Amino acid sequence: MNRRVLIGIFDSEDDILAATDAARRRGLVIVDVFAPYAVHGLDKAMGLARSKLPWVCFLLGLFGAAFKVWFEYWTTASDWPINVGGKPWNSLPAFVPITFEVMVLFAGLSTVVAFFGMNRLWPGRKADLLDPRVTNDRFALVLEEDDAAFDVDEVKTFLWSHNALRVEERELEVAR
Amino acid sequence: MAEVCSPLRLPLIAGRKQPAAVTEDVCRPMLRPPSILWWAGFALAFSLLLMGVAAVGYQIATGVGVWGLNTTVGWAFDITNFVFWVGIGHAGTLISAILFLFRQKWRTSVNRSAEAMTLFAVMCAGIFPIIHTGRPWLAFWLFPYPNFRGPLWINFRSPLAWDAFAISTYFLISAVFWYIGLIPDLATIRDRLKPGLRQRLFAIFSLGWNGSYRVWRHYEVLYLLLAGLATPLVVSVHTIVSWDFATSVIPGWHATIFPPYFVAGAIFSGIAMVLTLMLVARKTMGLEDYITQRHVDAMCKLLLLTSGIVALAYATEFFTALYSGNPYEQFVFMNRAKGPFAWAYWTMVGCNVLIPQLLWFERVRRRLVIVFLLSLFINVGMWFERFVIIVTSLHRDFLPANWSGYTPTIYEIATLLGSFGLFFTCFLIFCRVLPVIAMGEVKAVLSHGNGKGGHA
Repeated sequence: MNRRVLIGIFDSEDDILAATDAARRRGLVIVDVFAPYAVHGLDKAMGLARSKLPWVCFLLGLFGAAFKVWFEYWTTASDWPINVGGKPWNSLPAFVPITFEVMVLFAGLSTVVAFFGMNRLWPGRKADLLDPRVTNDRFALVLEEDDAAFDVDEVKTFLWSHNALRVEERELEVAR
Repeated sequence: MAEVCSPLRLPLIAGRKQPAAVTEDVCRPMLRPPSILWWAGFALAFSLLLMGVAAVGYQIATGVGVWGLNTTVGWAFDITNFVFWVGIGHAGTLISAILFLFRQKWRTSVNRSAEAMTLFAVMCAGIFPIIHTGRPWLAFWLFPYPNFRGPLWINFRSPLAWDAFAISTYFLISAVFWYIGLIPDLATIRDRLKPGLRQRLFAIFSLGWNGSYRVWRHYEVLYLLLAGLATPLVVSVHTIVSWDFATSVIPGWHATIFPPYFVAGAIFSGIAMVLTLMLVARKTMGLEDYITQRHVDAMCKLLLLTSGIVALAYATEFFTALYSGNPYEQFVFMNRAKGPFAWAYWTMVGCNVLIPQLLWFERVRRRLVIVFLLSLFINVGMWFERFVIIVTSLHRDFLPANWSGYTPTIYEIATLLGSFGLFFTCFLIFCRVLPVIAMGEVKAVLSHGNGKGGHA
């Protein structure tokens, strides 16, 4: 299915921020914004929900730590107990350092994997660029046109009023 | 829009750059053929690396006996080099993670290369304990895995096992953090290059990044989470390295001050190495607008702070030994200052405590040649700190009959030089194939202090 969109290209972070914020307030459907770098506050201007990645990080970190405590207990006190300097079989305080390291490892790597998965980033994926300079110094605001109430000329004027460099209509293949 | 220049916020990047100019400036040295200077540096570093490979090859083929170790001094050059290199790595994480959490925006100019330095330094560090095991092909025994010997598990109560986990976790997390930071920049370069092998490689590694803000939003959170994980991680790593010593009952090692002392020393030596590398890179790669006097100033002040902490630790250690009433502790410390390795001890104090005091003077901080020389002195001093801690605590045993000395053999010196060769070879290649400055992050701070974008 294809989707008609109206694209505004901008060259300053202040303009893209203002235009995105105003578009959301007007009730326009923001398909996406493309930016060469992270612009503070742009996610709020787009009305995006908060990322769920911290939950992945927290839960997998917790899992890693719990798994490691169990594993250290099982190997040292149950599966093959070895007397080292008369220390107790279950030397919990001595298990803390590795538990911490494994927690960080699980939390970090799983968050990265989750990030790749949820954004469908993989080696060799073809980048669909809206504008060749969007990874360099251009910003693009993509608005959906399918709404019956969408007045193309009015929205074009709106984009021009926010210092858009270029405004164009395009058909986008819907992947997301 | 009228340009307003705030007297409170000086620009981080000189030359009033636009984002496109940043891409241009950072990509230029990558896309032109290497200079004579680069080839000279590479030839030197690579020769050292080959020498190191030969020395390690001989040592593995013959045995650890080719080193100057003896039954009294069982750890010397190898563990000194290990602790030295791990310490160098810590500044990269300080700059990339800790300063990120503290919202120190000047870090954006140096974080990419400092993180690369971390990776290469940890690689160098990892070599030493592995070759010290004598049978490095069995190094995987350091990790618990199901085996046919029971299964027999590793001793999780041992600080050496903790160390294996700490260093490998540190390397993996640093590598991932670095790569995540690189992705947007890889995409920028991908979209600049002409089609060809190089472009295809950048396309593979940039994972189809297209600048969508729906991805950027998660990206920012991911970066924050990794910074939040790397910060306690870096403290834990050198803490665990210090426990290799502190949990033993050797006078001179058995001290509760070791973890903070080691962490501060690690950051001190690492910042010195960052300065050494950056002062050369900014000059040879034409990055003076990005790594400005202000960046050098900030790093010099970090050096002063950590030098102060290290000096305090030296004094505390000495005082505690004298005050303890323990004759063995007292002997070890008096022996450090006056015994056969007094020259090493006073080199350490001179390079780490006295010479850095020059950085209090702004005139010194503005003379970059002097800052460069100071950073070299600190690198030397911090190497000697580890040497002093390790060798002087061991060479005078509890029984005078066991007393001995220690002299490195040429194989140990060649291995040390070889590790520098590995480090600089990797760093020089990094300077050629990847963007040394985090373009995506620098572009976001361009408006800082230039009146535009009040939300910076």
